[in-house]
Amino acid sequence: MVHFLDEVGANPGRSAHSRSIEAARIVFGAREAVAELVGIDDPCRVVFTLNLTEGLNLALTGLLKPGDHVITSGLEHNAMMRPLRKLQDQGVAVSVLPHTDGGEIDLMQVEAAIRPETVLIALNHASNVSGVRQPVAEVGRIARARGILFLVDSAQTAGCVPIDMTAEGIDLLAFTGHKSMMGPTGTGGLVIGPRVDLKTFEPLVRGGTGSRSESEDQPAFLPDRYESGTPNAVGLAGLEAGVRWVLRQKVEAIQRREEQRTQELLDGLQGIPGVVLLGRGKATRQTPTVSFNLREMPPSEVGLRLDEDHGILCRVGLHCAPGAHRTLGTFPGGTVRFSLGPFLEADDIDRALEGVASLARIRS
Amino acid sequence: MSVAKQSVVLVYSTSHAIRLESLLKAAGTSCRLIPVPRHLSSDCGVCLRFDDASRNVIDEILDQAGVEIQGIAPILP
Repeated sequence: MVHFLDEVGANPGRSAHSRSIEAARIVFGAREAVAELVGIDDPCRVVFTLNLTEGLNLALTGLLKPGDHVITSGLEHNAMMRPLRKLQDQGVAVSVLPHTDGGEIDLMQVEAAIRPETVLIALNHASNVSGVRQPVAEVGRIARARGILFLVDSAQTAGCVPIDMTAEGIDLLAFTGHKSMMGPTGTGGLVIGPRVDLKTFEPLVRGGTGSRSESEDQPAFLPDRYESGTPNAVGLAGLEAGVRWVLRQKVEAIQRREEQRTQELLDGLQGIPGVVLLGRGKATRQTPTVSFNLREMPPSEVGLRLDEDHGILCRVGLHCAPGAHRTLGTFPGGTVRFSLGPFLEADDIDRALEGVASLARIRS
Repeated sequence: MSVAKQSVVLVYSTSHAIRLESLLKAAGTSCRLIPVPRHLSSDCGVCLRFDDASRNVIDEILDQAGVEIQGIAPILP
């Protein structure tokens, strides 16, 4: 990022001078890194947007037309649900499937919900509230067998859970740079698989691309069709560095490490009287996102005390996912959520547990 | 002194030019991104210059990677 700001500073793909080409190389390097992370051969299939929310908006509004039917789950973030509710107002039919006791989507219900007009299954890879992972490869197989496209929101998983779009049958993968991909905020995008027909997949934004400048029509090819206007090249320099770090560490190794910390946290929380944990308490079934409540203390107070008295940061409330909290029975109060990163040690988990235990003692 | 004969690959987008450059460099083929020469026209401002001696490798890589191009033309009119 410093190299880009100090020594490049040009607009990628807009000129043929050496700095513009260097800027384009930096952006392309980020495409290559993301493509490698998610199992896609052609880096031009990686389209950058402002964030994952914009990537989901592009996928949903670009694909779905009035009369179409889409299947989603009851554990989605508002980045999925708000565009879907708007599309529903415009005549798109939306089926929201319930989940099993363990928190996973029921594959029989997915099959049963498919209609002749179903064009898309849109699913969060893992809940941002409970951390529970969805069986995406199984859903991908169903989508492929029935000729339906499959869109996955990878906010909670890209970089900390292995993703292989080709092997798992994922046609569209929305991602954010600022979580486990270790990049800066303001980076994200949509990876578009080869089964998506670009002719019927409309861009969210149209404008200058640095290509086909003689024409006032939007280009038909990737990535330009979906990337108009000057990109966040400095941010994407940071995204490449983050993803390259993840690739060097290996996603599987990061996942094992985080699962260990998550299990320590889950076991510790279950041993504290007054803690009500969401999910099954098994780290191998979820991401390093752990939600819980303390009986008799609202989440906002837990969060404030953990921060002020113990220096422990968490997110409390509804996590932009009111539907998921309704599904999990924690609406409207919400939960306290810990999100673990790859740099945490066992000592850090102990400190968090001591903090929660001291709050539990106050009210017991 | 004899100068190697050169040509350019014309592409649709800078991203495609850089992808091609990266594939060619990985294959050990020398090439360079340059502005599109005046006598040629392209959808994109840059193109990829290469020695004609590398033409077979270029064709092979284009074929394998499925990179769509606008054409290949001599660098001089």
